[in-house]
Amino acid sequence: MTVISSITDAEQLRLELVAEFDASPEQVWGVWEDPRKLERWWGPPGYPATFTRHEFEVGGESRYYMTGPEGDKHFGWWRIDVIDEPRHLAFANGFAGADGEPVPDLVPAAGIVELESDGGRTRMLVRTQFVDVEQMQRMLAMGMQEGMGMALTQIDALLHGVGVA
Amino acid sequence: MVVGLIPADALLDDGDADRVFHALADATRRDILARAIEREQSVSALARHYEISLTAVQKHVTVLERAALVSKSRSGREQLVVANPETLRRANTLLAAFEQLWIARANRIAEILSEEGEKR
Repeated sequence: MTVISSITDAEQLRLELVAEFDASPEQVWGVWEDPRKLERWWGPPGYPATFTRHEFEVGGESRYYMTGPEGDKHFGWWRIDVIDEPRHLAFANGFAGADGEPVPDLVPAAGIVELESDGGRTRMLVRTQFVDVEQMQRMLAMGMQEGMGMALTQIDALLHGVGVA
Repeated sequence: MVVGLIPADALLDDGDADRVFHALADATRRDILARAIEREQSVSALARHYEISLTAVQKHVTVLERAALVSKSRSGREQLVVANPETLRRANTLLAAFEQLWIARANRIAEILSEEGEKR
């Protein structure tokens, strides 16, 4: 099981996920650093990502788009804020307009990645901190067509747990 | 907007979502909501649990009501507060969707790494 735990915090608008991989921290770092690897996992099935720019250094920026089944394109950008290879990465992830450039006034979400070696395996923590709900919804709108059947089941279970459903 | 398998009504529009998250950002309001989920009850019954005025509790209930997390109904002289499960469900949908996205991403990373492992 790759994903060990995940926490969603509606109050703080934050998601934290911990996964474990059968690989070294250097190898896991590679799936973030190498744009050709990154685009193999960033976009959900049916929405492959293409990174046209990926400056993996502090202050460096990335530009990417995801191509939907109808040929529709969804543009996004990153800015790298902290790099401590192969342990720690912090980046801003925001939305871009049809020209591929960041939309002014739309605050990006903050992403933090921490890698920790654990006896030949690597534990990866990814924390996404949203600034406001608008940003969160736009982000979801880009990549949420996957796994939603499952998510709705989980929500039903959750509501059962508090006696609502 | 890409909605795919998600029923369109599972999504909040931006204004609705802001109201929901604002409403849930306060500990007293979350507590009021939790009590209303357990069973419907009057504003004055709710107020007994807190060391704030009845008016302050009424204000909290109004914020929850604007976010459509609860609705109010009259029973004689009492105002009853009832939780609205549909809105709760929508708020949780947003977070659960994002969680699913990242679980799927982690699984794809695992696949890439395992392919690399086989090549070595």
